[in-house]
Amino acid sequence: MQESLPITGASAQLRGAELERAMRKRWSKAPFERLIVLSLWLCGTVSMITTVLIVLTLAEETRAFFMEVPLRDFIFDTKWTPQFEPAHFGVWPLVFGTLNVLFWSMVLALPLGLAAAIYLSEYAHPNTRRILKPVLEALAGVPTVVYAFFALTVVTQDILRPLLGQDRVPIFNALSASIVMAVMILPTIASVSEDAMSNVPRELREGAYGLGATRLEVAFRVVFPAALGGIIAAVLLAVARVIGETMIVAVAAGSTPQITLNPLNSVQTMTGYMLAIGLGDSARGTVDYTSIFAVGSTLFIFTFCANVAANIIVKKFKEQYE
Amino acid sequence: MSAASETGTPFTLKATGHVARRQRLSRMSRWVLFSATMLAVFVLVYLMQDVVRLGWERLSWDFLTSYPSRRPLDAGLRSSLLGWLWLMGAVIVMAVPLAIGSALFIEEFAPRNWFTELVRLNISNLAGVPSIIYGILGLAVFVRGFDLWGITLFPSLGPTILAGALTLTLMILPMTIIASVEAIRQVPPSIRDGSLALGATQWQTVWHHILPGAIPGIMTGVILAIARAAGETAALIMIGAFAFIAFDNTSLMQSFTTVPIQIYNWTTLPQEGFRVNAAAGIIVLMTLVVGLNLIAVVIREKFRRSW
Repeated sequence: MQESLPITGASAQLRGAELERAMRKRWSKAPFERLIVLSLWLCGTVSMITTVLIVLTLAEETRAFFMEVPLRDFIFDTKWTPQFEPAHFGVWPLVFGTLNVLFWSMVLALPLGLAAAIYLSEYAHPNTRRILKPVLEALAGVPTVVYAFFALTVVTQDILRPLLGQDRVPIFNALSASIVMAVMILPTIASVSEDAMSNVPRELREGAYGLGATRLEVAFRVVFPAALGGIIAAVLLAVARVIGETMIVAVAAGSTPQITLNPLNSVQTMTGYMLAIGLGDSARGTVDYTSIFAVGSTLFIFTFCANVAANIIVKKFKEQYE
Repeated sequence: MSAASETGTPFTLKATGHVARRQRLSRMSRWVLFSATMLAVFVLVYLMQDVVRLGWERLSWDFLTSYPSRRPLDAGLRSSLLGWLWLMGAVIVMAVPLAIGSALFIEEFAPRNWFTELVRLNISNLAGVPSIIYGILGLAVFVRGFDLWGITLFPSLGPTILAGALTLTLMILPMTIIASVEAIRQVPPSIRDGSLALGATQWQTVWHHILPGAIPGIMTGVILAIARAAGETAALIMIGAFAFIAFDNTSLMQSFTTVPIQIYNWTTLPQEGFRVNAAAGIIVLMTLVVGLNLIAVVIREKFRRSW
């Protein structure tokens, strides 16, 4: 992070130890400034406290959950039926619900997102790009409850059911959620990949053009491989968003936890389950209450890994050409 | 070819055979890629016009000023609009100073050491945490109260506006801080150095020179974050804001509901009338979100400075 700071000669010297000591001495003379620095420091710690609170509450309630449900069942049982007798707490049906939506939304969003990135980076006139990129990014700013409404009432009822048949498409299905989710994450893939492609040095392109390559060949055989790191990072960020997205899947994908990748099935995702319990008012200490934290921890681990991997790759990739 | 240029006809270089095929393919690819780019935009435009057609007739003063109801035609947004205003007001009051303070601390005051690096890394990771995780954090900490080793660190607030605002503040803080840090970095070091060289203290430099230069960028980031908080549904449902409210909110310690939650509620109800209500609610919500985004764009363009 620090390497990327634009530190010029003057400010680099300013940050030198000697001057820093001198500055610190000056603060100590002004109680007002000391107070301000202290309050700014307090602001800065809020984000650290947030992280600590997230980890603490997740760990605490998840521990309570595993006091009642053995970890073995959570990982190896293949049924998730907390409401029935006998209750099963195998997390896999929920994980597969998430994977189902993730897989099909990626099938749709990946080609479109990458095509958009290539178009914006390699084909579009700078003016076109200046207009199109914010328009695409606006897709990511639409509230997810609006997408949820689209998925259930427009995509399922007005498009999928008339198209594929009322009996083949249940009212709640993974496909409608995946289609709308693809629209939602497309700007993430397109925008971050486009940044990576724009960062590919011009010499590489010019070399290829000089050898007689066409624009298409330059885009796919030179720029695309050179920007692969950034593209993978973009996809990972999109993966994290899909895994964590709640409203679309809660409204449109259904509430039937099952191990399937069939997009025309009704499924329940991890987030969908958490929201379903959140709609009720389960008391602290009940298995219902602690189970949302156990599922939440699983979700947190998934998204955390995707985000960290994306950050590492972005950083690595940035250094490549600098 | 040389014969052609000797006789004066314009010189053209026309590929044939294999090369022509490659060039044709390349020319065609432009339109394929362009259509792929526009597809998502068209899908959204199609969906939006569908919603506007569906919900337009329901949009009226009565719709905005009626309490929720079991009968679709009597139901309105009154309590959810008021709850929303209270919530967003509280979020702005808490999140804006916190974000600017954090950003200033990180960029201007923090010593360059491993701890500051950790804080930075932590913020970029927090920005990727799903909103529903913030929701269960708010549920466990603010709504139910948080005890650590017998000491009450947070009192139990119940599913109140204050609990919701605290949750959303934590949720939008990372993205607001990141935007503010970017804005502060845009202020060139020469401004800072000049001020310090003339004998200003670090805080005077920040207050009189850094902040005024960074404010447009910070405002843009803050407004986009507010737009995100305004559309948030999942986190608020987790803290218990999915409630039937038939009174006007008058304090931060009341239960509440918001427009996105009301839209969610109507979406899940089977009657066609509620589907129309949901569409009308979406028009209200989208007007606000698009409005906020436009304001952000205007601020960014108007105050764009080249140093």
